[in-house]
Amino acid sequence: MPLVGAPDTGRAAAVVCRGLQKRYGDVVAVAGLDLEVRAGECFGLLGPNGAGKTTTIEILEGLLKQDAGDVEVLGLRWGTDDRALHQRLGIQLQDTQLQEKLSVEEVVRLFRSFYRRGPSVGDVLRMVELESKRRSWVGKLSGGQKQRLAVACALVNEPDLLFLDEPTTGLDPQSRRQLWSLLDRFRADGGTIVLTTHYMDEAQTLCDRVAIMDQGRIIALGTPRELISSLGAEHAVEFAVDRGAEVSTSLLAQLPGVTDARVDAGTVRLRVTEPHVVIPALLLELERQRLQLSQLATHQATLEDVFVAHTGRHLRDG
Amino acid sequence: MGRRERPYHPLIELTIARLLEFVREPEAVFWVIVFPLVLALALGIAFRTKGDEPVYVGVIEAAGRAEVSAVLTKAPGIQARVVARDRADLALRDGEVQVIVLPGTPPTYRFDPARPESKLARLAVDAALQRAAGRADRFTAGEETIETVGARYIDWLIPGLLGMNIMGTGMWSIGFSVVFARTRRVLKRLAATPMSRRDYLLAQMLARLVFLGLEVGALLGFAALAFSVPIRGSLWTLTGVVLLGALAFGGLGLLVASRARTIEAASGWMNFSMLPMWVVSGVFFSSAHFPAPMQPFIHALPLTALNDALRAVMLDGATAREVWAEAAILGAWAVASFSISLRIFRWK
Repeated sequence: MPLVGAPDTGRAAAVVCRGLQKRYGDVVAVAGLDLEVRAGECFGLLGPNGAGKTTTIEILEGLLKQDAGDVEVLGLRWGTDDRALHQRLGIQLQDTQLQEKLSVEEVVRLFRSFYRRGPSVGDVLRMVELESKRRSWVGKLSGGQKQRLAVACALVNEPDLLFLDEPTTGLDPQSRRQLWSLLDRFRADGGTIVLTTHYMDEAQTLCDRVAIMDQGRIIALGTPRELISSLGAEHAVEFAVDRGAEVSTSLLAQLPGVTDARVDAGTVRLRVTEPHVVIPALLLELERQRLQLSQLATHQATLEDVFVAHTGRHLRDG
Repeated sequence: MGRRERPYHPLIELTIARLLEFVREPEAVFWVIVFPLVLALALGIAFRTKGDEPVYVGVIEAAGRAEVSAVLTKAPGIQARVVARDRADLALRDGEVQVIVLPGTPPTYRFDPARPESKLARLAVDAALQRAAGRADRFTAGEETIETVGARYIDWLIPGLLGMNIMGTGMWSIGFSVVFARTRRVLKRLAATPMSRRDYLLAQMLARLVFLGLEVGALLGFAALAFSVPIRGSLWTLTGVVLLGALAFGGLGLLVASRARTIEAASGWMNFSMLPMWVVSGVFFSSAHFPAPMQPFIHALPLTALNDALRAVMLDGATAREVWAEAAILGAWAVASFSISLRIFRWK
């Protein structure tokens, strides 16, 4: 398994973990994980549900104890430096529910009271664009607003390191973009982010480096660019033929410029280096096999294709 | 809450947050304030001093019933009526009559000796029938009846209700809010902050104390107005006892909720821990009825200590020094339950 992008030892590490393991009874959630997150970067754990992302991030947050392995966060360790760590971390849990009967500002003020330093309540609300909702009860907020409030609670202490567990799951596209720009501003001020997601576009947009996880392991690691180019083919061609007729993938794989061909639920996916060479050849081949195209699309290869290439499954398959 | 930019100490912020959550839950306010008043009123009416209550006697439809009925109807303090033979046991069971007379020579009394009022009725009936049969009284004793404020059942009942209420609302309100916060993972989120865990638990108890004054004041004010129940001891001593009681039951509420993952599980534990105290701790009837070997355990229970102390202060005018033992028991429960909760509390 190629692991691209070895850690750059020149910069300070925000998170280092070695040989991390965690099991729940017979289920292995994390199976020996090595990870290094540099200060100032946005690092993404990308993978399907059940890949071990949440378990990993909760161990880093100090909420879970690992069975084996070594974890260092901001040069400190859970178990001995908890107080100091809590002061410097910002944490957003997967579907955090805050006190429904409190108003937005009451919740932020409560969280702010736990920390020695940090911005004022009003500044935090301005940061997450919730000033107009200041007096609204948490229970009356929309999904996107609740999520921004959860991030606000993670930002009340000007954290050095921000952990986000599936920050945009279930949000509409506008709310997602709003949250992304909020995280961009945090990055711009020098903050480090570790986030989990099962959205490849989120990882591609936000993250400097991505670790793709599957079944408790990292199966690929690097910048989104590196991971995609490691496929050896930066484009994908997808097509379907009429009446669900059989297409010979082995013949297709031999076309010039095609590095891989798979059939998935009636759709044929080709990974190609140069679509302008492949497509004319593909059309000729289909005509030779007397097949009628019902659909044809090309796109740049994404992290999803990287996941498929490594596991043969889609991210959403779980 | 105005635009306060600088937060107070976390303990105060947590207490404020808990109070706000509480007052924004109208049902909770109802259960804490209104329910005890309704209960006190209902019980006060049921147990009000009824003056000279007669005994109710059933005479079975058999030969000689007319003579027996005539004698009993003339006797003071006896209400007699004729009962069909097959209805007699039913009337006895339902308390419509307290004793059944089967006319004859001699007559037969049918009653349940486990019911004090039945034994009383039997004696009254027997005396009336004996007199009618020719027995002469050797003397007629003088009588002094008590109708003194402070010695009635309602006077004894109100401190018990107050104690029961401090127990119930303390345990339910704290237990529920904690378990609710756990099921919604608010606790997990709080555990990921530098918040002191002791502050969180203490805030739950402090928030509880704020409403205590309202709750206790409403019940005592109502009892004074409606039934003239007295408060003979000092209000300071009474306040101290009430505070200690609330802390003890606040701690117990935390303890019961410290591990429960669901509201159902917490409810079960609540009832399990409160039910024995409803029965043995002297809310509705004196705990002295229980056998001597049980007494040390009964007196170690927080509700017994609270009820005893409340009665001593309210009815006997006891001073703080006279209720120190009860106060110590309550304090011990508060400290022990709080420290154990803190150790075993489940945050996730």
